[in-house]
Amino acid sequence: MIHSLFLVNASGDIFLEKHWKSVVSRSVCDYFFEAQERATEPENVPPVIPTPHHYLISVLRHRIYFVAVIQSEVPPLFVIEFLHRVVDTFQDYFGVCTEAAIKDNVVVVYELLEEMLDNGFPLATESNILKELIKPPTILRTMVNTITGSTNVGEQLPTGQLSVVPWRRTGVKYTNNEAYFDVVEEIDAIIDKSGSTITAEIQGVIDACVKLTGMPDLTLSFMNPRLLDDVSFHPCVRFKRWEAERILSFIPPDGNFRLLSYHVSSQNLVAIPVYVKHNISFREGSSQGRFDLTLGPKQTMGKAVESVLVSSQLPRGVLNANLNPSQGTYTFDPVTKMLTWDVGKINPQKLPSLKGTMSLQAGASKPDENPTINIQLKIQQMAISGLKVNRLDMYGEKYKPFKGIKYMTKAGKFQVRT
Amino acid sequence: MTPVERGAEDVYLSRMSTGASYNDQGGAEAAVEAGQESTPTSSGAGAGAGAGAAFGLFSTDFKKNEDLKEMLESNKESLKLEAMKRVVGLIAKGKNASELFPAVVKNVANKNIELKKLVYVYLVRYAEEQQDLALLSISTFQRALKDPNQFIRASALRVLSSIRVPIIVPIMMLAIKESAADMSPYVRKTSAHAIQKLYSLDPDQKEQLIEVIEKLLKDKSTLVAGSVVMAFEEVCPDRIDLIHKNYRKLCNLLVDVEEWGQVVIISMLTRYARTQFISPWKEGAMFDENNEKAFYDSDSEEKKDQMEAKTYIMDPDHRLLLRNTKPLLQSRNTAVVMSVAQLYWHLAPKHEVTIVTKSLVRLLRSHREVQYIVLQNIATMSIQRKGMFEPFMKSFYVRSTDSTHIKTLKLEILTNLANEANISTILREFQTYVKSQDKAFAAATIQAIGRCATNISEVTDTCLNGLVLLLSNRDETVVAESVVVIKKLLQTQPTQHSEIIKHMAKLFDNITVPMARASILWLMGEYCERVPKIAPDVLRKMAKTFTAEEDIVKLQIVNLAAKLYLTNSKQTKLLTQYILNLGKYDQNYDIRDRTRFIRQLIVPSEKSGALNKYARRILLAPKPAPVLESAFKDRDRYQLGTLSHSLNTKASGYQELSDWPAVAPDQSVRNVEVIEPVKEWAPLVGKAKQRKSDEKFYSDEEEEKEEEGSDSSGSEDSSSSSSSSSGEALCLFVCLKVYVFCLVTFILFRV
Repeated sequence: MIHSLFLVNASGDIFLEKHWKSVVSRSVCDYFFEAQERATEPENVPPVIPTPHHYLISVLRHRIYFVAVIQSEVPPLFVIEFLHRVVDTFQDYFGVCTEAAIKDNVVVVYELLEEMLDNGFPLATESNILKELIKPPTILRTMVNTITGSTNVGEQLPTGQLSVVPWRRTGVKYTNNEAYFDVVEEIDAIIDKSGSTITAEIQGVIDACVKLTGMPDLTLSFMNPRLLDDVSFHPCVRFKRWEAERILSFIPPDGNFRLLSYHVSSQNLVAIPVYVKHNISFREGSSQGRFDLTLGPKQTMGKAVESVLVSSQLPRGVLNANLNPSQGTYTFDPVTKMLTWDVGKINPQKLPSLKGTMSLQAGASKPDENPTINIQLKIQQMAISGLKVNRLDMYGEKYKPFKGIKYMTKAGKFQVRT
Repeated sequence: MTPVERGAEDVYLSRMSTGASYNDQGGAEAAVEAGQESTPTSSGAGAGAGAGAAFGLFSTDFKKNEDLKEMLESNKESLKLEAMKRVVGLIAKGKNASELFPAVVKNVANKNIELKKLVYVYLVRYAEEQQDLALLSISTFQRALKDPNQFIRASALRVLSSIRVPIIVPIMMLAIKESAADMSPYVRKTSAHAIQKLYSLDPDQKEQLIEVIEKLLKDKSTLVAGSVVMAFEEVCPDRIDLIHKNYRKLCNLLVDVEEWGQVVIISMLTRYARTQFISPWKEGAMFDENNEKAFYDSDSEEKKDQMEAKTYIMDPDHRLLLRNTKPLLQSRNTAVVMSVAQLYWHLAPKHEVTIVTKSLVRLLRSHREVQYIVLQNIATMSIQRKGMFEPFMKSFYVRSTDSTHIKTLKLEILTNLANEANISTILREFQTYVKSQDKAFAAATIQAIGRCATNISEVTDTCLNGLVLLLSNRDETVVAESVVVIKKLLQTQPTQHSEIIKHMAKLFDNITVPMARASILWLMGEYCERVPKIAPDVLRKMAKTFTAEEDIVKLQIVNLAAKLYLTNSKQTKLLTQYILNLGKYDQNYDIRDRTRFIRQLIVPSEKSGALNKYARRILLAPKPAPVLESAFKDRDRYQLGTLSHSLNTKASGYQELSDWPAVAPDQSVRNVEVIEPVKEWAPLVGKAKQRKSDEKFYSDEEEEKEEEGSDSSGSEDSSSSSSSSSGEALCLFVCLKVYVFCLVTFILFRV
C-alpha cells in the first residue's frame, strides 16, 4: 500500500525518507515540488498527485509536508488518515512535530515508522502499543526496551496487540489514580453583514486523561444525551451499550485519548457568545479607509469571554493600518496583509474596540470586498450546548479514583462577513 | 533546495542505484559532490583548489565512515549502538551507507534488542543491493523462526520476508507455510503480510501462496482477518470463490477487527456482494426516478417500498453485511467511515443510503486533506441524490479561510443541491462569493451561477440580470467569466435578450480578456439580426484593431464579418472584404485557412459551386445550446472512495465493481455446516492455551467441515505435502549454499 514516505519542509528540502518496500528514488518528489510551485498558498497543493508510475498523497501539518508514495489503487483516505496518525504520534512522543524535533530524534522516528507499517500496511498505530515498544525519548533511554529483553521477555512484549483491549497496555500502576475528562465544544458560525447568523453549529469532543491502575471499566452518563446528534467513538467504547442506553461504557487506554467527538443536533438554536459591530469602509478616490470594530458579549450565561483573538485578511490594496485599540495589542503584517488583534478578556462594562484608518496604495481602486473577520475565543466552565455529564462510575478495580470534569467552549471556524 | 543542489542530489542518487561504492557523510555533501564532479576536468587554479578542499572534506568523511566501521566491530555494545544510530541517521537522510554492510550484518545476532532492531532496519534497506552479503544473516532468522516466543518468531519472519533477495524465495515460502499454521495469531498475521512481500518478489509463487491464503482465510482471529484479506486483494482478488465460506465469519468479525483491516475487508466485501446478490434497486429505473421526485416526499417512497417488498426479498447475507457495517459509521477513523459510506452507496436499497449522510458531513470537520476527498465523494453522490445532502446544505457554505480546491468543491456541491425551493438562499450566498478576493474562486462562482440558471428556469432571468451587473465589475477575470457565461445562457434562450447584447456591445471597448471579447463578437454575429444597427458598427471598430487582436478574437471577427455579409451585405461588404484581406496575410495559418474558407463560402464567384447557395444556412444554422453540467457527472463509473474516483482516471490495480447479477447465484455456497451464533466469534484472547481450548470447542464441527470437502481437499492435502517435501529439499540445498557462502566470506574477512 504505502510504498515510501518523504518528509519535506517549507523550503522544499527532503529531510527524511523511509521506504517500506524497495527503494523509490527521491526524484519522484519533483512532481510534488512542481505542484507546490504552481500552488499560490501552501494549503493549495492538491492532496493527491498522479505521476507516471506512482501516486503521491500528501498532508500538510506544522508546515511539514508528509508525502506518501503509492503504487496502486488504495483508498486515498486510508493513506491520509494514516499520515495524520503518524503526525499525532510524533506530537505525542516529542511534544511538538517540527523539523528540528524529528531530526533530533531521527532514530526514534525511524523505529516508530518501522513499527507502524509492515510492507506498507498499518501494523501498530495505537499509541499505547507503540509506547510499550518504543519508549518516548523523555524516559531514560538507557532502559530502552523491548522485543526480546534479556529477562522478562513476555511482559516486555507488545501484549496489547494480542489482547481483547488492544488499546490498553497491561500492568499499569499508579499511586494516584485519576481520571480527567474535558468537554470541549467549538462553535462554527458564519455571521453576515447585518449580524444575523447564516449558519451555526456546535461540534464537541470529550478528551480524557486517564491514569488508573489495572483494568478499570468506566461508565460515563450524561444528563441530556439527546443533545448528541452524531457521534464518533474511540474504539474502546461499547457501541451496543450506547445504542441501547445512551451510556458510554469503556475500558480506557492509558493516558491521553479522545473518547468521543460529537455534533449537536441542528434543531437546537446555537447561542452566539459575541457580537461584532463593524464599520470598515473605503472611499472611491481617496487613499484612506476607515476601520472601526467593537466587540461585545452576547448569550454567555454570565461567563467571561476570554482569550479573544480577532484576525482579518485585509484587501491587497491596503498599505498600512493605523489603529488604536482600547485594550490589547494589534499587529498588521504589510506583506500578507493580515491584521491580528489580541483582545484578551472582554469586559462587558467597557467594550473593547479597535479604531483608526487604513492607508491604501495611491491610485489603487476601491477594493470590492470588505474583509472577513475571524474570531477565536474561550469560555471556561461552560459547554455552550448545555451538555452535562451526569456521573462517572468505575468497575473492575477496588480503589477510589479521583475524578474531574472540565467544560470549555471555544470558537471554531467563527467568521463574520463585513 | 536549489535546482543545482537538487541536480547534485540526482547525480548522487544515480550513483547510489548503480551501487558504486563511494563514501559520503554528514553536512557539506553538496560541496563534496560538486568537488567530485569537477575533479576530472579541473584545470584552472581556482577550480583545482576547490577540488582540493573538497577532497580534504571527502577524506575526513571517509575517515568518519572508517570510524563507524571500527565502532561496529568493537566489543562494546554501547559503541555499536551509537554507530548504528548514526547509520540509521544516514539512511533517513537518504545517504548511502551500503559499504558498511559487512560490519553491520555481523551484529544481526546481537543480544541487545535495540541494536538488533536497527540492524534489521539497515538490512531491509540494503539487502537488495548486497544480495550475497545479505545471505549471511539468513541463518539467524531461520533459528529465530523456531523460537518459543511468538514475538521473536514474528519479527524474524517479518525481516526475513522483507529481504528482497530472490535466492531465498524457497526459504521464505517454507517459513510462510509454517507460520501460517503457527499457534499464535500474531505470527499468523505476520505470515499474511509476508505473503504479499513474497508475491511482489516472485509472482511465480502465486499458486502456492493462494493455498496459504485459503488456509488463513479460515482463521477466526480478528488479528489475522484484516491482513489476510489484504493479501487476498493483492495476490488473487479474482478468486471470489475463496470468500464464500468465510463471508459470514468476516461480516461478524468486522466490528472487532482493527480499523485498517476494516477498510480493506469492507472494500473487498463490497466487490463480493456485487457479484453474489441481486440488485436491491428496484428495476434500475428507480435510479432516475429518485432524482426527480421520490426523495422529496418520503411518504410515497415508503409506499412504493412496501409494494416492492413483495417482489424483492433481500438475501439475509446481504442484510447481514449492511447491518454489521452500520455501527462502523461511528468510527473515529475517517477511512473506515468513508468505506462504509461507499458500501451503502453501492449495496444498500436506495432509501437506506441516507443514513451515511450525517457521518460524511461530520468528516468535513476533519483535516483539509480529508475534507478534500470527502467533498469529492459527496459531489458525485449529490448529482444523483440531491435529497441526501439537502438538509445539510449549510455545511457546504464556503469560509474565506478554506483553501481554493475546498472552495471549488463546496461550490460544486451547492450547485448540485440547488432546486426551486432553495435557489434564492444559494444565490444570496453566491453573491458573497462573487465578491471574494480569491478571483479564481469568484470566476468559479460565476460558472456555478450559470449552471443554476440553466437548470432552474425560474431563476434564469434573475441570474442573467445579476450577471449583467457583474459586467461592470472592476476585475477583469470576473467580467470575462460573466461574458462567457452570459453567452452560454443567451444561447439557451435567445429570444428576448437583445437588450443584454446591446449592453455588452457598449462594454466591449473596456473588456480586454480575449475569451470575453471573442464571446461578445460571437454573440453579435449569431444574433446580428436582433441588433441590426450596432453589429456593423462593432465590425467597423474591429476592422481597425484587427491586427492587434489575439487569435481567438480574430477568428470571431472573421465569423462576424461573414455573418454580417450574409445578412446585411449592403452596409458591410467593403468592411468584410477588408477584414478578409487582412486575414489572408495573417501570421497564423489557422486564421489564413479560415479566411480562405469563408471567402469561398460567402463571396459568389464562378468557381464556387453549390455550397455558395447554402452559405447562409451553414453559417446561421440554429446551434444547439451548450450543456452546463457538473464536472463530477460521470465520476460514478468509479467506486466511491477509491483513488481512481479521486483522480477521475483508472489507477493501476483498480478493481472494477461489477454490475449486479440478473439472477442470484447460489446462496448455499456461503453455508457453513453449523451456523454459530455471533458471540462465539468474539475476539480470541491471543494466548495459545485459550486458543487450544477454543479449538477443542470447535473441533468437532471443524472436522465435519473438513470432511465435507472430502475427496477434493484430501487430494489437495497429499499433493501439497508432496510439494512441501520437495520444497524442503530445495530449501535444504539453498541453506547449504548459504552456509558455505558464509564460511567463505568469514574466512575472507579474517584475511
